[in-house]
Amino acid sequence: MSTVPVEPVVEAPRNYLNASYGVKSWLLTTDHKRIALLYLVTITILFFLGGAFAVMIRLELATPQGDLMTPDTYNKMFTLHGIIMVFFFLVPSIPATLGNFLVPMMIGARDMAFPRINLLSWYVLTIGAVISISAAVMGGVDTGWTFYTPYSTTYSNTYVTLMAVGIFIAGFSSILTGLNFIVTIHTMRAPGLTWFRMPLFIWSHYATAIIIMLGTPVIAITLLLVGAERTLKLGIFDPALGGDPILFQHLFWFYSHPAVYIMVLPAMGVVSELITCFSRKRIFGYSFVALSSVAIAILSFLVWGHHLFVSGQSVYAGMIFSLLSFMVAVPSAIKVFNWTATLYRGSISYDTPMLYAFGFIGLFTIGGLTGLFVATMAIDLHVHDTYFIIAHFHYIMVGGTVMAYMGGLHYWWPKMTGRMYPEGWAKFSALVLFVGFNLTFFPQFILGYLGMPRRYYAYPEEFQVLNVMSSAGATILGVGYLIPLVYLFWSMRYGERASSNPWGATSLEWQTPSPPPTENFTVTPVVTEEAYTYSHEAPEHV
Amino acid sequence: MADSRVLPLGEAEWGGGVSPYAVGHKKLGMWLFLLSDSLTFSALLIAYSYVRIASDQWPLPFHLWPSIAMATVMTFLLLSSSLTMAFGVAAAKRGDTRSAVRFIVLTILCGVGFVVLHANEWMTLIDEGVRLWSNPMGTPLFGATFFTLTGLHMAHVASGVIYLAVIAAGLPGNRFHHEDVEISGLYWHFVDLVWMFIFPLVYLLSVAP
Ligand SMILES: [Cu+2]
Repeated sequence: MSTVPVEPVVEAPRNYLNASYGVKSWLLTTDHKRIALLYLVTITILFFLGGAFAVMIRLELATPQGDLMTPDTYNKMFTLHGIIMVFFFLVPSIPATLGNFLVPMMIGARDMAFPRINLLSWYVLTIGAVISISAAVMGGVDTGWTFYTPYSTTYSNTYVTLMAVGIFIAGFSSILTGLNFIVTIHTMRAPGLTWFRMPLFIWSHYATAIIIMLGTPVIAITLLLVGAERTLKLGIFDPALGGDPILFQHLFWFYSHPAVYIMVLPAMGVVSELITCFSRKRIFGYSFVALSSVAIAILSFLVWGHHLFVSGQSVYAGMIFSLLSFMVAVPSAIKVFNWTATLYRGSISYDTPMLYAFGFIGLFTIGGLTGLFVATMAIDLHVHDTYFIIAHFHYIMVGGTVMAYMGGLHYWWPKMTGRMYPEGWAKFSALVLFVGFNLTFFPQFILGYLGMPRRYYAYPEEFQVLNVMSSAGATILGVGYLIPLVYLFWSMRYGERASSNPWGATSLEWQTPSPPPTENFTVTPVVTEEAYTYSHEAPEHV
Repeated sequence: MADSRVLPLGEAEWGGGVSPYAVGHKKLGMWLFLLSDSLTFSALLIAYSYVRIASDQWPLPFHLWPSIAMATVMTFLLLSSSLTMAFGVAAAKRGDTRSAVRFIVLTILCGVGFVVLHANEWMTLIDEGVRLWSNPMGTPLFGATFFTLTGLHMAHVASGVIYLAVIAAGLPGNRFHHEDVEISGLYWHFVDLVWMFIFPLVYLLSVAP
């Protein structure tokens, strides 16, 4: 939408933000919207912390020699970058902030099914984060975010156990959030909101919650076993005692492959909302998009072995895992095709959230297609543990998840704060992010294909040009994240006041004032039609 | 467009707010927690099976007397406790608080009996020199897997005992609804069910020749 909202601005006299004041009213709140903001603050801090470690990595790699830090320090830098970004930013990112804010609102509920457990999950994440950060401060961890045994159990002299405890605790936050989502979606939908009328955002969060519930306990117990092996000499992963380090990889990836979908499914849900709203069209193939989320959730548990092609897994197992990994691409592709078909002949407007949605589709497609490369055993032998892998999963996690997260944050910002963000700056930073991202990670595909291994702090001279491009891109990317940080803060006070439905969107959260009252809806909404009843018209003509 | 949706209640068919299988939100929450927790035990049981199959000579330390006999008594205790718990739930549903409490207390006693016998088993093994990292029978992982698996299960039983005690204490004062009893029962049956995997996989497969 390119014009200012036309609805008269009605001052909401009382909303969830001004319902009460003071630190206590926030730290003891059970309002899902306030908890979402608590999460937003927490994970934003963690995001920039994880980003700081990335800065150190890219600085070191600007030159072929290892000249900025010792190899030990470098090992800690990429480990801490990975751990903080994966476990403390990407996993909670969209579900804990946007999901927490929107799941009850989109289904017409007053709150989550378990509001106090919701608050508890924020505390649990915060405690886990504090423990992990203290492990980082006391001396760091150098195992890589994957904690591979036997290095993590036997050889590393860093704070592995403490870090494992931090992640173990944070896992409970995931489980509690997932449990809350499933129960809320089952039991608290407004009258008339049948399963196949739910916004796709809800479907994707439902599927995500299933993965969280089934996967997280496995990583939790696995990391606990790593800790127990270090402290009590438990030995399940120790070949000297009859254990098997490969067993760790099986257990680790049983969670950590599905975890990719914990990060990406909510992003897909966001994109479905953005694409429909800004092309003013119904989603093409609603039930396909909805059920493909569930299909992804199930299939994602059957492909973990594609991380073990070179780890000493039987070649037949490898072939089956390879085949299954190709199959998981099918529901993902269904989504991409359906979004594209939705765009076809839509009245598309290029507002910031839509730019991010386009960014998501393009970058996720590249990430997904290179995923097929690495799911092919022969190619994986060549690119395994190279920068090709790094580039591949950053296209999924940053190009996919973070782009959608930014898009969603902009789209729902007026609802969350009651203020519009500055559109010009937002478009500019979306562009900066897109350019910076591709400049950072595209050269890494080439580097990996040429054979540059990951996790090295020095490299041969001939790789320098591509590495400098990557480091330069990372700088641009960093700027692209700092600009929104500034203007979003600014807009909370000085932004133009938002109407209840600035985008002319159809889902329930837009039918209550911005920001919403504490109870979300003054009258319980009743749903009489499917989701996305857009009628091809730009919102100003509604 | 916006206003067309906000109809007074009753004018649209009710598709939301219907709990699946008429399960309340607390009960659904417990089911999901148990689903999640079952994955914890699955991971450990699979890890145990994996290292056991990979090992040449896994120790077979459990003699029919006393180990297997005791484990059978423990199994019997847990099975009975599930039965008394089921009676307790039924009584609570009838509104018969007195016998509900009595049955829950019986369940707790069975649970405590299980823990005591199990602790005794642990002490015997520790006396024989079985440690987390070594044991006189050979494969060090026997101790690691045995103590981890049964320890996690025992922790669940112990938490269950406390949970049931809280429910039993609050029931007469109407602090809990009969559904709360049922939910605690779900947890208890789950703990029982897990033991039905541990008993054959850990004990019956390791009977001394
Ligand atoms: Cu994977």
